[in-house]
Amino acid sequence: MTVLFTILFDGVAYGMLLFVLACGLAVTLGLMNFVNLAHGAFAMTGGYICAVLVNRSGWPLFAALPLAFAGSALIGALLERLLYRHLYRRSHLDQVLFSVGLVFMSVAAVDYLMGSSRVFINLPAALEGQIDVLGVGIGRYRLMIIVICGLLTVALQLILARTRFGSRLRAAVDDPRAAIGLGINVPQVFAITFAFGCGLAGLGGALSAEILGLDPHFPLKFMIYFLIVVTVGGSSSMTGPFLASLVLGLGDVAGKYYVPKMGPFVIYTILIFILIWRPNGLFGRSDNR
Amino acid sequence: MTARTDVGSYARRKARWHWSEIGFWILALACALLFPSRYLIMTDILRLGLFAISLDLILGYAGIVSLGHAAFFGIGAYAAGLLALHGIVAEPVVALLAAGFAAAAVGFLTSFLVIRGADLTRLMVTLGICLLLEALAERFSNITGGTDGLQGIEIQPLFGLFAFDIFGRTGFFYSLAVLFGLFLLARRIVHSPFGLSLRAIRNNPLRAAAMGIPVNRRLIVIYTIAAFYAGIAGALFTQTTALASLDVFSFERSADLLLMLVIGGTGYLYGGIIGAALFKVLQAFFSGITPQYWQFWMGLVFVVIVMIGRQRMHRWIMWVPNLMLGRLAEYRSALAAHRGDVQ
Repeated sequence: MTVLFTILFDGVAYGMLLFVLACGLAVTLGLMNFVNLAHGAFAMTGGYICAVLVNRSGWPLFAALPLAFAGSALIGALLERLLYRHLYRRSHLDQVLFSVGLVFMSVAAVDYLMGSSRVFINLPAALEGQIDVLGVGIGRYRLMIIVICGLLTVALQLILARTRFGSRLRAAVDDPRAAIGLGINVPQVFAITFAFGCGLAGLGGALSAEILGLDPHFPLKFMIYFLIVVTVGGSSSMTGPFLASLVLGLGDVAGKYYVPKMGPFVIYTILIFILIWRPNGLFGRSDNR
Repeated sequence: MTARTDVGSYARRKARWHWSEIGFWILALACALLFPSRYLIMTDILRLGLFAISLDLILGYAGIVSLGHAAFFGIGAYAAGLLALHGIVAEPVVALLAAGFAAAAVGFLTSFLVIRGADLTRLMVTLGICLLLEALAERFSNITGGTDGLQGIEIQPLFGLFAFDIFGRTGFFYSLAVLFGLFLLARRIVHSPFGLSLRAIRNNPLRAAAMGIPVNRRLIVIYTIAAFYAGIAGALFTQTTALASLDVFSFERSADLLLMLVIGGTGYLYGGIIGAALFKVLQAFFSGITPQYWQFWMGLVFVVIVMIGRQRMHRWIMWVPNLMLGRLAEYRSALAAHRGDVQ
């Protein structure tokens, strides 16, 4: 029973982390229909910014996390203005080639700058070890992840549903032409959203260094996970990707525990079957937008 | 002239051998005599060229974007490796065909998954299948040798006569023969009515279906054929290098393949071979500069090609040859007109 709770807890923490990592992609891929395979590169950037600040400059972790967000968001905004925006209307093949190129460049660049071995971020003592709740050992770091990611999820949902920017974004995605006609600056909305998504990925990358591992091959290793979250979750709201991340996190942790030898096999099989069953994702829209 | 004969004569004109095509193959054969010390890298190019033709069949002619084409390459490679390792089929040519058919069988089965859904779902499904196969190969490491790969493969002499030598001479001519044979087949396929219907599907699937083309059936057939080609390319890889490891399924292989085909140009079959040669040259050039970080520059090539635009790039490259050909044609017509005047 305790094992079950531990798996549940770890799975939820893992899933929440995946959501923060991938929700930016849910907007670019799911809503703006841009195949951005380089999303993991932004997450890696955030992770390395955090690692350099904490390990080399001795910053406290909680001061480095916002900077990881800001750094990735800045790079994201820069690339969006310079490169990405020219490709929104191009074919998927072009977008795939372009973003794979970015992934290759980021992998080699990080390898060159930071070395190829796995990087750990020094955690403050308060976050190490476990708390005992009703006989179940709960990792403090994972608890913090759940709290941070849970708050972020609520905030995102509120921004999308309640704020003026949220309604502008939804309008811009649903019908760009009508939105422009109404005086909404659609390219600007897309740019801000893209940068924000990259920032979230960076934050997720910084948080995930402890759990997923941070090395130059991060964007390639976890690319499929981000894509699964988006394609399985669909793109009608933030709820779909959120549930998909939780299912993926729980499935992966449980799979690694109960059938360790099957490895990622279970996840890929489930992915393919879901895509066959519902090509637009589990929580996707029914029409082919 | 009715529309039917019009289309027929157009297709027949297009299917005729152009002198430049004959020149291309003579050049390929001449390479063997010009660079006798470079057999290994030239074999690599031929193999990649065949692999790229396989992708061209589905991407350039049928419009299926695949991110996991290495799946079939890997199946072919492992099939050929296992057949040789356990001595089931000693003759390389038979083993090659067997590996191709193994890949085709998997291609046929997975094609039903691929034809469902639009571009994005296809990308995901092809990528997922490739990762799935990689995970399977890792799981059953007692058969595949896991990360170490298959150890101690020995390829028997070709037809019992030509042994695979260390300089790769046999391997090169063997690969060239296989590539040429399969190229002829592919050329026949794409110029047949079947190939024309594929192009109709690529341009507009809905319209093709309205014209009475069985879209799904055509896509299944071409996907299976492409898987066969990729399997043969993988088997050639194993037979000429005596290697097969998990790396055959890697995502980088599929991504590099896309780049090759895009460099060479899609939809005319030669693009794959030319692209493979250019890719290898670029790779050798970049690894000469930075042995460890050549991938950065390769990534930059990806990005630059897309930013410039694929069509525009081909226009630039073809600008000088087209200009010369145009001048020649003008000169000829002027000459002909002049002769007409004299008579």
